[in-house]
Amino acid sequence: MADYLSLFIKAVFIENLALAFFLGMCTFLAVSKKISTAIGLGVAVMVVQAITVPANNFIYHKLLKEDALVWMGIEGVDLSFLALLSCIGVIAALVQILEMVLDKFFPALYHALGVFLPLITVNCAILGGSLFMIERDYTFNESVVYGLGSGFGWALAITVMAGVREKLKYSNIPKGLEGLGITFITAGLMSLGFMAFSGIQL
Amino acid sequence: MSAVINSETKKVLVTPLINENPITLQVLGICSALAVTSQMSTSLIMAVALTSVTACSSAAISAIRNHIPSSIRIIVQMTIIASLVIVVDQILKAFAYEISKQLSVFVGLIITNCIVMGRAEAYAMKNPPLQSFMDGIGNGLGYSLILVIVAFFRELFGSGKLLGIEIFQLTKDGGWYDPNGLMLLPPSAFFIIGIIIWVYRQWKPVQQEEPDFKILDIAHGEGGHH
Repeated sequence: MADYLSLFIKAVFIENLALAFFLGMCTFLAVSKKISTAIGLGVAVMVVQAITVPANNFIYHKLLKEDALVWMGIEGVDLSFLALLSCIGVIAALVQILEMVLDKFFPALYHALGVFLPLITVNCAILGGSLFMIERDYTFNESVVYGLGSGFGWALAITVMAGVREKLKYSNIPKGLEGLGITFITAGLMSLGFMAFSGIQL
Repeated sequence: MSAVINSETKKVLVTPLINENPITLQVLGICSALAVTSQMSTSLIMAVALTSVTACSSAAISAIRNHIPSSIRIIVQMTIIASLVIVVDQILKAFAYEISKQLSVFVGLIITNCIVMGRAEAYAMKNPPLQSFMDGIGNGLGYSLILVIVAFFRELFGSGKLLGIEIFQLTKDGGWYDPNGLMLLPPSAFFIIGIIIWVYRQWKPVQQEEPDFKILDIAHGEGGHH
């Protein structure tokens, strides 16, 4: 149990996908102008991440990994080079399914999150989470924790960023730095703050 | 044919470098790449990988653009891009194993790099293959330019080296330069990009953004700034 908690903390703070690995930066910068939309996107990323990482983990371990097809009676097959294609396919398909399910059964939630879901397919944070899971060889349980943690970390980062930017728009910034430039510098300062968590061991 | 190559091709090849740089103007593609800029060698490999994927995928998508039904075009584009990235990934694993270990997941993340998708969607779907290929190379190079500048500063000031060759002699080897450890950490990439954008927009004021809120002058110089 303790190592799951430690993995979660690590995924949220120390290895924050947005601030330590620069993943999902395009959406991170584009959608962090208002806190309410940032929270919406953050929750959507968290949900999708928590579903896709375990799903990809399952597919990778049952179909693609070296000798993974033994349960089918096929030996000596290594399909792991297909991981990239299968990950992105699974993500695109799951996002589509999630969109349809939400639309059908939870219309209120669909109206809140719906607009963000198509954006998420091409969000590097989602694919990055799955690829890190493969590279670090997480077990299924670990992948559930990692998916939740990394999604939560990303949501936290974009919410905080939106909070800072809401205040920032009233400040007097040099002309060339306005908008994108100052946003990058803010992100850098936040990244410094998150780095303060490194070294925490539970 | 050669006239077409000369004028139009030159235009699509050169504008993305300075005037319409995908990173500083369009905020595309910073996603996965900054993480590889702590060294020149990894960022150069990354730049080559991304440029070739963008160019080839644009050409391939443009070649079949009239046969792709528009409702499933995203999936088709994704599949083409993903297949090309797999090829690049396998080539790197075969011929540059050490570098491919350092790049870890970031080669795979070229798939979701907004530049590749963006050029496919915005340019390759409307233009013939040769021009799309050139457009891909141009945008890839515009991205590479920023990547290499960031890597130059991070490696030079972070470890006193360029491409692994010592430039500043470090104090621990009896030299004079005390390496700045911050340059090797992720925040420095954000700062450097921020500063590049600042310098760049000072140089080309067309790209400056309008502020959301203007500070009003209340009375004669009271509290307001001009």
